Amino acid sequence: MTSTTTSEPTDVDPAPLPGTTKTGPRKSGGGLGRYLLVRFLLIFPTILILVTTVFVMMRATGDPITAALGGRLPPDQLAERIHSAGYDRPVLVQYLDYLGSILRGDFGTTISDHRPVTEVLLTYGTATLELAAYALVVAFLVGIPLGRIAAARRDRGVDATLRISAVVVYATPVFFAGILLKLVFSVWLDWLPVAGRATTGTEIQLQRHGAGTGIYLIDAISTGDPAAVQDVLEHAILPALALGLLTAGVFLRLVRTNVIGTLSTGYVEAARSRGVHERRLLRKHAWRPALVPIITVIGLQIAMLLAGAVLTETTFEWKGLGFQLVQYLLARDFVAVQGLVALLAVIVAVTNFLVDVVAALVDPRIRY
Amino acid sequence: MSRVVDIQDLTITFDTDAGPVRAVRGVSLHVEPGEVLAVVGESGSGKTVTARSILGLLPSTAQTSGAVLLSRPDGSAPHDVTTLSGADLRAVRGRDAAMVFQEPSSVLNPVFPVGWQIAEGLRAHGGLSRAEARERAIDVLRRVGIPDPEHRVDHYPHQFSGGQKQRIVIAQALVLNPSLIIADEPTTALDVTVQAEILDLLRRLPAEFGTAVVLITHNMGVVADLADRVAVMYDGEIVEQASVADLFAAPQHAYTRALLDAVPRVGGLRLRDRSESAEASLARKVVDRDGPAVVEARGLRITYPGRLRTPGFTAVDGVDLRIGPGEVVGLVGESGSGKTTIGRAIGGLTPVSEGSLEVLGIEMNGVRERRFRPVRKRIGFVFQDPATSFNPLLTIAQCIAEPLVVHGVAASPHAARGRVDELLEAVQLPRAFGDRFPHELSGGQRQRASLARALALDPELLIADEPTSALDVSVQARVLDLFARLQSELGFACLFISHDLAVVDLLADRIMVLHRGLVVEEGTGDDVLGAPQHPYTQRLLASLPVPDPVEQAARRTAWEATRA
Repeated sequence: MTSTTTSEPTDVDPAPLPGTTKTGPRKSGGGLGRYLLVRFLLIFPTILILVTTVFVMMRATGDPITAALGGRLPPDQLAERIHSAGYDRPVLVQYLDYLGSILRGDFGTTISDHRPVTEVLLTYGTATLELAAYALVVAFLVGIPLGRIAAARRDRGVDATLRISAVVVYATPVFFAGILLKLVFSVWLDWLPVAGRATTGTEIQLQRHGAGTGIYLIDAISTGDPAAVQDVLEHAILPALALGLLTAGVFLRLVRTNVIGTLSTGYVEAARSRGVHERRLLRKHAWRPALVPIITVIGLQIAMLLAGAVLTETTFEWKGLGFQLVQYLLARDFVAVQGLVALLAVIVAVTNFLVDVVAALVDPRIRY
Repeated sequence: MSRVVDIQDLTITFDTDAGPVRAVRGVSLHVEPGEVLAVVGESGSGKTVTARSILGLLPSTAQTSGAVLLSRPDGSAPHDVTTLSGADLRAVRGRDAAMVFQEPSSVLNPVFPVGWQIAEGLRAHGGLSRAEARERAIDVLRRVGIPDPEHRVDHYPHQFSGGQKQRIVIAQALVLNPSLIIADEPTTALDVTVQAEILDLLRRLPAEFGTAVVLITHNMGVVADLADRVAVMYDGEIVEQASVADLFAAPQHAYTRALLDAVPRVGGLRLRDRSESAEASLARKVVDRDGPAVVEARGLRITYPGRLRTPGFTAVDGVDLRIGPGEVVGLVGESGSGKTTIGRAIGGLTPVSEGSLEVLGIEMNGVRERRFRPVRKRIGFVFQDPATSFNPLLTIAQCIAEPLVVHGVAASPHAARGRVDELLEAVQLPRAFGDRFPHELSGGQRQRASLARALALDPELLIADEPTSALDVSVQARVLDLFARLQSELGFACLFISHDLAVVDLLADRIMVLHRGLVVEEGTGDDVLGAPQHPYTQRLLASLPVPDPVEQAARRTAWEATRA
């Protein structure tokens, strides 16, 4: 089925009436391809605005060299470093220069440890991506089924318990939940490691024999060593739970509210009147239309997840972007911070695009 | 032959916070095979609850006594639906009796193709392969009059028009071959011309599909058009049951007579004539009818912009319109005709795209809010849905006082209370109602309060957008009566927007018929509705079912002739 097969709604109209022109119903305008193209193109202005905002905020506090090294170098050396880095040029020139280098994929070089920002992004970005993916899996596996159960058992004991738990979980700061999890499962029970992405031995093994993707689980699987996989997974459990449960609490309430909404609609009642089983009403008839708003909010939650990753990574010494961002912030390395924030902005913009794509696949009113 | 459904001494009680409410009291009804039984009554009369009990579709707070015996297609002993639950109840639903609901757009699932939704009922009752179910869905779509069903079966609800959606809803019921279809206000949400098509389809059901029909409605015209027998419900009880001919010719119960009297009829006695003759002595504001026009539009065009370079939608496409001082102009048209848009443009709520629109001497094309603001206080607005046009957090007195406060006539809602009490009295509401909240009033009371608010600043122009279409017939009659009396007392000009020809005919000095953004006919009620010139007006009138079975039968024949 494509948009070309769509016919306009028409009522049986016996004869065209004289003196009236036919104005068709409002068209949705161009179909799925056009919709996705527009959404895709919107990524670029979004990124431009975000990058510009970050640039302006960073420059508002002065130039990066002074910020990082001011007071530690003699004034003449400082001035010389500022000149060689081009920070004494007009801000507009610097801005255009910055945009130009971003287009070439060059995010500059960090001041504190002289590494290309791109390299920092590639090294630590994968770690953050891995953590966010784990957390998302936890959030989906916990939040969505429990949300559906709460909706089906609305206002009964199960529902009340789940709702209260959800509030408790998402009201708990992620670092506190992290410390609590560490205390119970690592210190008291000694079941799981306290911090890090893997033991040092495994890390060395992954660097030598792994696939080199930077995503430890994939690297560990590629070595073919079950012990390495187990080690990586054991390290992932607590950070994934700390970050994932927080998001799961949000998902639970989101799913519950939307499914309750669709369960009380006319179309679910109509299907019930034709003998459709309650279970099928919940799983099909009420679920699919509830998904449309759920997907939109999940998209926004992914941005929140990345913000949460900063705290989680610090709590668990998970060497990802968030962990690194804190290090650079402490070192007042604004070139690095600017690069990392810009990357996060790109991730959020692309995620929003993907969410729009999924929403279009679920909701035919967007597709046609 | 056995009865399709036999309801015996049914009583339904709801447990509410305020104690048990008996919604249905000792109702006994039956439907013969192939018969159309209409159940009429106002909201709260228990007609819908009675109908839903046939399928066991009552909320868990409902307690039922009595019996609902539903026959089975295989001819075995009938079930008592009130005793069924779980799988037994599901087996009955759809197979023995199926329901057609009121609002087709909300009873079709927006994210599944219509064919899938039709097949869902078949799937629930088992025994068919996916291909067979699809075949049956296509077949039933063709039989209810959806063109190109092989193709349309995969389309989604939003790709169909309102009338087609209702056909699909009917198809969903028919595909299960039930011996009874329960149609709950099946045409209330539809335009008159579309309603006529759907009524035609419903009328063919007994002969072509062998189903009996229970028709729940408050529209006496629909009853006259469709029903064989009528049961009138009032306050949970059946007050009268008769054949359709007997009921309209010789209603026995006082309530039935009142109900039939309240139905507005095209060409009936006009309210304004009535009030003029009966209340000639009443103080009336003298209005210079030949003074400058209150509203004057020339070549008015209103276009809603499209998104991202898509073409816009022209809602009003070159309309000329004049409302003189103290004149009531009725604007009739179906959904999408542009009638609400014109009302909004006159009220300064929608910008004018082209042409000229003068409201109380101000040119609205390109007007600035600052210039229009003083004019706003001279215009009153009554909206369609009295439930949503009041702020639920304010009392009625505060709501009515709001325009007085906004325009600086009163310093606070409290200071305006004297005027508010006057207004409440004018709309025949007790003063004490001022201290109530909107949800504590009935629909008719709220709409009267809404009228009081619109009249608070003694406007020269009142825009009433479908002010009575959410109300029951008898309540509507009272509100319209009040409206006519206030209009002749206060002498405001009025744009009365409605889809209901009979209501407009009751009130308006002049009627304009709007079709797809154009005025197709204009004149007095007698001209436009008595001798319509334009084919669209003729079709509109022919589509309108009249509350008289004999006359309606003749009209139906004429209507069928216009389609051929």
